[in-house]
Amino acid sequence: MKVSYYPGCSLHGTGLEYGESTEAVCRTLGAELVEVDDWNCCGASSAHSANKKLAVSLAARNLILAKKSGLKDMVVPCSACFQRTKVAQYELKEHPEMFPEVRYDGGVNVKDLLSFINEDVGIESIKGKIKKKLTGLKAVCYYGCLTMRHPSVTEAKEYENPKGMDMLLSELGADVIPWSYKTDCCGGSLVLTNTEIVLDLTEKLFDKALEVGAECLVTVCPLCQGNLDQRQSDVSSRSGRNYDLPVFYFTELMGLAMGEKDVEKWLNRHFIDPVKLLRSKRLI
Amino acid sequence: MTATSEELKKDEAASVEAVSSQTEEGSGAGDDKPARPEASKRYKLSELTPFSDIISEISGETINNCYQCKKCSNGCPITYAMDIQPHQVIKMIQLGMEKEVLTSKTIWLCAACETCGTRCPNEIKLADMMDALRQRAEKSGYSVGSKRASVFHRAFLSSVEKYGRVYELGMMREFTLKAGGVIGKVFDGTLIKDAKLGLTMKKKGKLPLTADKIKGTGEVKEIFKNSQKKG
Ligand code: SF4
Ligand code: SF4
Repeated sequence: MKVSYYPGCSLHGTGLEYGESTEAVCRTLGAELVEVDDWNCCGASSAHSANKKLAVSLAARNLILAKKSGLKDMVVPCSACFQRTKVAQYELKEHPEMFPEVRYDGGVNVKDLLSFINEDVGIESIKGKIKKKLTGLKAVCYYGCLTMRHPSVTEAKEYENPKGMDMLLSELGADVIPWSYKTDCCGGSLVLTNTEIVLDLTEKLFDKALEVGAECLVTVCPLCQGNLDQRQSDVSSRSGRNYDLPVFYFTELMGLAMGEKDVEKWLNRHFIDPVKLLRSKRLI
Repeated sequence: MTATSEELKKDEAASVEAVSSQTEEGSGAGDDKPARPEASKRYKLSELTPFSDIISEISGETINNCYQCKKCSNGCPITYAMDIQPHQVIKMIQLGMEKEVLTSKTIWLCAACETCGTRCPNEIKLADMMDALRQRAEKSGYSVGSKRASVFHRAFLSSVEKYGRVYELGMMREFTLKAGGVIGKVFDGTLIKDAKLGLTMKKKGKLPLTADKIKGTGEVKEIFKNSQKKG
């Protein structure tokens, strides 16, 4: 299986280990990721804040490049990039007259990484690659906002109570705990401008995760992971409660279960040390 | 209680006064042209377009469809920090309260999580409405409610325009310098905290020291230029 791959700026920077783990597990699963040649930033939250036309045109350039490669699907791991690209497709379809300069006529199927792995790679082929079950790892799945909303744009079906990651991690043997905060916002887009709000929102997520007995959170988004991981010590020092909750990318846990050799290298890039927890479960 | 006849008389006198002073203004002493208010100056057609129509046009959302069920505000994670709640913002747009809305903190605090729009029974995407309000606030000479947010977006976009991708280090430097309050940040310790965070990121290989420049920067510049044209 061969697909276009749009990593986006985060996976080359703050979300480096998301990119590394994504590429590794896809390789093992026989899914060939072909990076979109010369891709540009999707504009993230800044472009649409400033100007809709700019936001749509920036994302459209990537779609045009992906189409040139001749591959039908484009996989996007970052939730923000995924949503911006879906918005561009939606706007170009609904209001083409607003974007006369954009020369994209459709034909690329944009997928978030989790859906790609669950639906296209398929749980059966993953089962065949599991070397070590994640037994005893108590986790909550945190999906965040942008792969879900707005559903008319993302085409997400279970946008209030998504289950894709819960199912996948259960297959890997983890003890997945249901909770009600799967898609509550962590404030990602406000991290540099209103940091206090971000600390409030993430504190609530940590409290709720602990309340149901989770020992870690699992994410699909580099903005969520960055927020929950890098700012956690600030939340701890502000509240006086030492949270110490590792925040994984789901691909890292897939890599761990599939026996990828670079797992520890990825995990060493985290701010809240996940290795300690995994050792205590004899998973590392 | 009904108004007394004296009160009514007072009111009448006041309104007559207002009319006569208006006429004087329009005629000007010693002017032999007929006295007429300068209609074209007072009622520009563009000024008569209701604020809600303007915001509907920029955002693509039908603002007047809102019937104030408050579902948007009930699910919004940021209401506790907002000065005007999302359902109030939309009502105030309907009422034409342009200045109050455009100078509010709310439009800069919205995290674009789209919980509101997802649950709105009238399918109004309030996050798109907030985008439109931010754009309008920046254009209309109102002092911008949250300078930090608008400086951040500009720093981010200038990086994209230059390199085609975000150069995080350069963007953060520009943002810190231009957002102001650097001195305050030195005293309250946040500058050191930010610097420490940056250093740890660098150590973990998460903050490349050079920009990742694409080949098609010319095309990206073109996109920025075209986005200023009316579509
Ligand atoms: S949810 Fe929709 S209809 Fe209800 S108050 Fe909000 S914008 Fe209006
Ligand atoms: S998009 Fe903005 S207004 Fe709507 S729920 Fe999220 S933060 Fe609140």
